Amino acid sequence: MDIALSKEERAFAERMREFFTTEIPERIRAKGARGETLEREDIVTTQQILNAHGLAVPHWPLEWGGQDWTPVQRHLWAEEMALAHVPPPLAFNAAMIGPVIATFGSEEMKQRFLPATANLDIWWCQGFSEPNAGSDLASLKTAAVRDGNDYIVNGQKTWTTLAQYANWIFCLVRTDPEAKKQRGISMLLIDMDTPGVTVRPIHLIDGGYEVNEVFFEDVRVPADQLVGEENRGWDFAKFLLGNERTANAGTGLIKSRILRIKKVAAETSASGRPVLEDPLFRARLTRLEVETTALEMSVLRVLSNEGKNPGKPDPVSSVLKLRGSELQQEATELLVDVLGPAALAYRESAEVPAGIPVPPDGAVDALPRYFNWRKASIYAGSNEVQRQIIAKAILQF
Amino acid sequence: MDFDLADEQRMLADSLKALLDKRYDANTRLQLLESEQQWSRDMWRQYAELGVLGLTFDEQHGGAGMGVDELAVVMEAFGRALILEPFVATVVLGGQLIAATGTPEQKAEWLPQVAAGETLLAFAATEPGSRWSLTDIGTTATPDGDAWRLDGQKIAVLGGDSADALLVTARTPDGELGLFLVRAADVTRDAYRMQDGLGGADVVLSGAPAQAVGAPADALAHIQDVLDVATAALCAEAVGAMERMLWMSVDYLKTRVQFGQPIAVFQALQHRASDMYVSLEQARSMALLARLALADDDVAQRRRSVQAAKIQVDLAARHVGQEAVQLHGGIGMTMEYPVGHYLKRTTVIAKTFADTDTLLDAVGAGGGLIMPR
Repeated sequence: MDIALSKEERAFAERMREFFTTEIPERIRAKGARGETLEREDIVTTQQILNAHGLAVPHWPLEWGGQDWTPVQRHLWAEEMALAHVPPPLAFNAAMIGPVIATFGSEEMKQRFLPATANLDIWWCQGFSEPNAGSDLASLKTAAVRDGNDYIVNGQKTWTTLAQYANWIFCLVRTDPEAKKQRGISMLLIDMDTPGVTVRPIHLIDGGYEVNEVFFEDVRVPADQLVGEENRGWDFAKFLLGNERTANAGTGLIKSRILRIKKVAAETSASGRPVLEDPLFRARLTRLEVETTALEMSVLRVLSNEGKNPGKPDPVSSVLKLRGSELQQEATELLVDVLGPAALAYRESAEVPAGIPVPPDGAVDALPRYFNWRKASIYAGSNEVQRQIIAKAILQF
Repeated sequence: MDFDLADEQRMLADSLKALLDKRYDANTRLQLLESEQQWSRDMWRQYAELGVLGLTFDEQHGGAGMGVDELAVVMEAFGRALILEPFVATVVLGGQLIAATGTPEQKAEWLPQVAAGETLLAFAATEPGSRWSLTDIGTTATPDGDAWRLDGQKIAVLGGDSADALLVTARTPDGELGLFLVRAADVTRDAYRMQDGLGGADVVLSGAPAQAVGAPADALAHIQDVLDVATAALCAEAVGAMERMLWMSVDYLKTRVQFGQPIAVFQALQHRASDMYVSLEQARSMALLARLALADDDVAQRRRSVQAAKIQVDLAARHVGQEAVQLHGGIGMTMEYPVGHYLKRTTVIAKTFADTDTLLDAVGAGGGLIMPR
């Protein structure tokens, strides 16, 4: 794959690798390497180190901590981060609301939020989906009614990832119930500590807790927390979702999972030989590696076009989320297959009582991760929605 | 990093496209298939005039001195038009084998003739028992003065029906796998059409007079290098063919009316076409990687990348080809309609040089593509 990169790009990747593997605490990277879930503090610590070195929000405008990088450099930054098992900057901050505020917010709003957002002093969560607004997001009903210098917000959001950690939520709310559905939507920034905001956990099939329902009952939001103009929220949401078009491929994540599969498969015996040498298993693994390499080349093609036509979406980018999510899922499945019976016990942690055989590294998390990752083909525009985008935008059906 | 065509490559692509659009529509191709020759000598002359038949040969040998990027451009265009002429056999394999392996005299003798369109070549490597192995062969080469005599059998020789000379692999008494030039007049051949309509032959060599192409001790490495280039070329051809299959299918869905509406309105069909697009683009990405990888000095790494590209292309070709016929319904099954011919060509490509399982095994045995640093 290196063959597709210039000498300068390879040197850049090398510098990133050097930074990530020396500056981010080994304790945090080791958890990532074993496939364990990170604590809030791990993510905050990492982002603050990155931010101190100008590496938390490279795609933001220069004046707010961005870097003057090419699209390929941004890709290599993310790729090397994943391969070094460094938790990436919180997407809600770095990839989502930060660029929206930097592009559409008032100067006062930028001053107030951007430095704290880059440094993860504020933890943001995303208030988009509702019980009856999933793929059809524009049908959302949470309402904001103007009352003097405030909006009064009533309604419910759902699938709110890590709302339990969040200080603030950026919400799509209906401000004009009479307008055509996309037209009457605005974006509000809401402090999670405001009276009337309630967070309720949703437990997922993997046994973990990462998403929530968020309820708003007569929540009073100062009008200066409206992003841009009223009723332009849909444009901001499209801008936000269109940002980092290549990030959803997750090639760095898939590659780091493949490396882990190979390591475990080399250390695990079946019928007197390492699983890695079983021809059937190896053929499946190789196929995953080939597909992943193809995906990475597709990412590089999109990035190369983006460098030449900034702001113009490349139709190939629609392939990335679709195939990327499927390959991420396949990788979780293959790791489970390598671990075999050791993956079956449901345990809260890898620690077992004295005298009980210690499970292999990562065995405790492998099946939960497989169950959890079924989400990847559902979120960020389900794969059926992606197929529909390809059908309409490219095949012109 | 810039994957776009350079101006010169764009011009080559445009002139080839103009020629093929004008002279190689589906009906013309069908008529050619039914003709005695089964391909067009006239088109062959046109390719020679465009410089395509000597594309990658040195200029001193009548070539255009171009590289694998230009070869990929040509192959993609040929894949779209689904040409029947023996370009892969004569130029990509035969000519490049002589260019890579031959003595200066052999290059001076053969390459200008190939570039001018006067001589046709073929590469005879496969045998009844060899499957996909280059080295697991029974054909022998026996010294005969300054020359050699060959004995053995070769099958599925692409372009073997019309070749003037064959490049044949054979085992020497020293155990080397050599490459030998044999005049077609000195072998017994059973000429046929391959399943995709291209010419082929089975060949029997009984004491056939031969000359060694370069030194037998060096031949195998050169052959493998040329097969890397040829594999990348087939990947490009398959991408051109898949692109046509996808768009033919999309156009068909938009025009075919059933239940009082174009069947393109059915989401079940739209999503299948979207999946074909995904397969096509993933294959296009790997075809690109294959030709970038040809510049890799690390031979093992280069070979793995090329093999990986063909895996992706084979899988995509199977998916896109099968779906293209399915989305067309009955008309896709007919000889008269082009889509099935594309399916046939890409199916044969997937069984040329090596099949998917063999490639998966080879890439996996080499440690795979994604390795720790």
